[in-house]
Amino acid sequence: MKLSYEQVKHIAWLARLGLSEAEVERFSLQLSDILENFEILKEVNTTDVPPATQTVPLQNVFREDNVAKSYPQNEVLANAANKEENCFKVQAILE
Amino acid sequence: MIYDIVIGLEVHAQLLTKSKMFCSCSTDYVNAPPNTHVCPVCLAMPGVLPAINKKAVEYTVMTALALNCTILEYTKFDRKSYFYPDLMKGYQISQYDAPIGKGGWLTIDSNGVEKKINITRVHLEEDVAKLWHRGNHSLIDVNRSGVPLMETVSEPEISSPEEARDYLIKLRNILRYLGVSTGNMEEGSFRCDANISIRPSGSKEFLPKVEVKNMNSLRGVYQAMAYESKRQREVLDEGGKLVQETRGWIAEEGITVSQRAKEYANDYRYFPEPDLPPLVLDRARIEEIRAKLPELPEARRERFMTQYSLPVYDGNILTNSKALADYFENCLKLMDRSKAKVLSNWMLGDFSRLLNATNTEVENAKISPEQLAEMLGLVDNNTISGPAAKEVLEEMFHSGKRASDIVVERKLSQISDATEIKEVVKQVIADNAKAVADYNKGKQQALTFLTGQVMKATRGRANTALVREILIQELGGK
Repeated sequence: MKLSYEQVKHIAWLARLGLSEAEVERFSLQLSDILENFEILKEVNTTDVPPATQTVPLQNVFREDNVAKSYPQNEVLANAANKEENCFKVQAILE
Repeated sequence: MIYDIVIGLEVHAQLLTKSKMFCSCSTDYVNAPPNTHVCPVCLAMPGVLPAINKKAVEYTVMTALALNCTILEYTKFDRKSYFYPDLMKGYQISQYDAPIGKGGWLTIDSNGVEKKINITRVHLEEDVAKLWHRGNHSLIDVNRSGVPLMETVSEPEISSPEEARDYLIKLRNILRYLGVSTGNMEEGSFRCDANISIRPSGSKEFLPKVEVKNMNSLRGVYQAMAYESKRQREVLDEGGKLVQETRGWIAEEGITVSQRAKEYANDYRYFPEPDLPPLVLDRARIEEIRAKLPELPEARRERFMTQYSLPVYDGNILTNSKALADYFENCLKLMDRSKAKVLSNWMLGDFSRLLNATNTEVENAKISPEQLAEMLGLVDNNTISGPAAKEVLEEMFHSGKRASDIVVERKLSQISDATEIKEVVKQVIADNAKAVADYNKGKQQALTFLTGQVMKATRGRANTALVREILIQELGGK
């Protein structure tokens, strides 16, 4: 099954990727290949396999509610491309 | 056409933990300079590992239990992806298909009838950074990012703006009784979004719903729901069509306005958070938490009614605010328990009137429970009359002075001296010939009028019972 032009555009939009027409065409083929491989995987009988969302056998990893020192403000902002009034500065956000 | 209103509420409450949800930065950010409660985890530096705050999970379990939810055996966190600069990571850690609590309920009082509102879910997530919009750019303060945020979602079973307000008061009250959140809406630690639609009365169809945001007070929620239901009704009555959209409440203008529809807003691409192992909540621990839940509003109301013989009306109002109920009990500790109803009358009457008129929360009132108890003691031992007590309370409320000092300053102590009262009574009888004549013709109201005149002449200081007695005597004993 081949992903449609619109589906690829939509996925690109969700990831905020600007794709050229040629890229949309190329990725629709590549993404379709990936999905086809999942179709193959689906043929495996998993009736007795519980669904897994994790690859490590851990559970209930907690930390106690204790406060530790935060980083100094100048270090927090040290790598900011733009800053103002001790805040990170970004382009205006259009709702 | 008559329409029914259908409202579902989503409430976000910041939890009162000391540290953030996934890192050890302090949550006490309100008065902190920007970006000072920040570390690599809440700043989303590459390679950092979040760690779950145990207390936040316990607070959420407590809340879910208090709301009669089922606590899921297996619960986990998920990533919710969307693009907005208040998210440092580009996604929010939330809970999608395995929330901590599911399928609960709370009850509200709807026109004197108890109504059950079902709770869909209670889940845990993290708060986002604060944005300051400055025209052509925005500033980001990350301090709030990562503060534990508990979301409670109701079923669409709320049928009026009044019920929406009462639901929020009840939920907030439960959170305050549990001590898990301040529930302060104005400060943003208790926030509400509403889904509202209308449909022809009695029908079961669902018309497009509108999500209303930016309501930051109880009054705001009430007004926004009233406005929005009316707006939708008018659209339909004029033959228009409703569209599913997000609208923002503009408190200053009292209207909702359409916010540009976020395309694909629901395409959050949730998936299990790989950095956080799932939680398998220990059943024994949950029962332990359940057993340790503090007294909740309804239980406290029942106790007020049995222990203090208060009517249900008083019990409801007093316990609908934890602060008011605490105040009441702190005050009553210093009084004779048989005076509970007297205390309740003063608290729900003059004291509440003063609080409302000045928009003061009871915990910030200048009158302490000790001071109110002292004032009521002065009434009880006949030092001051009822009307004088009202004057004293008002002065106490504004100045924070002690009742006994005000009584001395204003010379308000009650006149219980028969000779002194008799003089005033004689004067009042002489000045009110008509009322006296009416009284002699058998009009009992005339006696009330004359009593009032004596009270007025003594600035409310005379002992009322004594005044009536002496009046009757002086009028010829009828």
